[in-house]
Amino acid sequence: MSRISNQVLLQKLSDRFGDQITIPSEPFGLLTFETNKEIIHDVLTFLRDDSELKFNYLTDITGVHFPEKDLSIGVVYHVHSLTNNLRVRIKVFLEAQNPQIPTATTLWKGANWMERETYDFFGITFTGHPDLRRILNVDDMTVFPMRKEYPLEDPNRVDKKDYFFGR
Amino acid sequence: MSNHPIYIDNDPQKATTTLNLGPTHPATHGVFQNILEMDGERIVSGVSTIGYIHRAFEKIAEHRPFYQITPLTDRMNYCSSPINNMGWHMTVEKLLGIKMPKRVDYLRIIVMELSRISDHIICNTIIGQDTGATTPFLYLFQYREHIYEIYEEICGARLTTNIGRIGGFERDFNDIAFAKIRKFLKEFPVALAEFEKLLTRNRIFIDRTANVACVTPEDALSYSWSGVLLRATGVDYDVRVNEPYSSYEDFDFEIPVGTKGDIYDRFNVRNGEMWQSMRIIEQALSKLENEPKGVFHADVPEFYLPPKEQVYNNMEALIYHFKIVMGEIDTPKTEVYHCVEGGNGELGFYLINDGGRTPYRLHFRRPSFINYQMYAPMSRGMLLSDAIINMSSLNIIAGELDA
Repeated sequence: MSRISNQVLLQKLSDRFGDQITIPSEPFGLLTFETNKEIIHDVLTFLRDDSELKFNYLTDITGVHFPEKDLSIGVVYHVHSLTNNLRVRIKVFLEAQNPQIPTATTLWKGANWMERETYDFFGITFTGHPDLRRILNVDDMTVFPMRKEYPLEDPNRVDKKDYFFGR
Repeated sequence: MSNHPIYIDNDPQKATTTLNLGPTHPATHGVFQNILEMDGERIVSGVSTIGYIHRAFEKIAEHRPFYQITPLTDRMNYCSSPINNMGWHMTVEKLLGIKMPKRVDYLRIIVMELSRISDHIICNTIIGQDTGATTPFLYLFQYREHIYEIYEEICGARLTTNIGRIGGFERDFNDIAFAKIRKFLKEFPVALAEFEKLLTRNRIFIDRTANVACVTPEDALSYSWSGVLLRATGVDYDVRVNEPYSSYEDFDFEIPVGTKGDIYDRFNVRNGEMWQSMRIIEQALSKLENEPKGVFHADVPEFYLPPKEQVYNNMEALIYHFKIVMGEIDTPKTEVYHCVEGGNGELGFYLINDGGRTPYRLHFRRPSFINYQMYAPMSRGMLLSDAIINMSSLNIIAGELDA
């Protein structure tokens, strides 16, 4: 289906960024690799602007939390080359304390709300974002609810305490 | 706390008027709030506030086994919930490596295309409604009811369908369902043609919609638009063609595209898609003739819930039932992204699985959420009455916007 194979894409990226492209894999045919926050903006710019690759469509930005890892907060980008019909998944892992990563809004305007949503749920600060504030949760919320340490139910609820049920 | 314009902008001498459009306004078709700065009838700037019906689906999904997540997907785009259900089933099937029989694929395509039609009926009739044409709305809307009757025959539910299962359908389509689909295919083209006659060449409708809210393909791509909105700008990206799922590659259909990306183009692209959907359903019905009767699920007892009478009478079925319900099935530790062409764009499911009972992380790429962010920037300089039609033409579903 796609006009460029994952191997060619990975080779191009490795030629350009060397060993900063780590842990490549292909779950279900979708090239996945990790990189770091220092070069993520360059990687995305390269993917978008390369005359052959043309990854012109940002499908999604989201976060993930692995509390047992040292770099526990992950940012996951799905980028799509419509002309080559090829997708790529890029992951960047950050420390849990004050995670920061450069914004992608300079490359795609659509990254704005995706990054706001990721900030809202994981507390990742996208430096350079024009309007980084909560989007789905209430403004005065203090926690980042999609991190694993926050339970599903609101811990501040008092109407379900044991003593109401004679326990 | 926030730089909400309503709190900071209380200068009595300012030249513009602040107008709160929503969150509950009859013209917004859902819980959308836009705080607009108005200069007379013109919008100077706007800020969208969303999240009024946020229900934390992604967090809930981390605590539910796979088959209990289907009802959550219903409640995102509730105008075409079968597409969401099927998209989720297919994501899990991709993860588990289940291959569907062709007959199931075709049955799914019938259901998905019916829901695409019902989604487009809602959006297009409401564009007409907002431009002041009530008749087309009342005339075509009854066919959504007929589609819901078909769903009812297949799965028993109407709006939040929870249709199908991971691994197929819960039961075969009965004869009444097929009869209703055939009846729909016979009657709906007449009504749709009449609907197009009422609006497509209508002078008032064209004046209200053509050249209003034009979007360039560059902007649409930069804002990650997908679905009808992207195709109305002239970019022919459709997931059904680019990455065919559920055997869409067996079908012969066209992807309508627009040229200007204005409201009129979006309206016409949707109408075109409804005609194409009917073509697909007709092809699917004729393909079903050649498929073995009575196949409605894949033969994967370890993932597909057995029928209740077997659970009571058959040891193996009882074991599988227990394992599936208790979340004891083995699932691969990997990640998967699967997307389907939803009613309003690319609906994606990004699932990270750690082999446990529940997804480790599940993210929904919700087209409404991503499409809606251009609304406030593109409203600048627009008349308020145009912004209202623009909102209805974007086909934003509040449930999907806020997840």
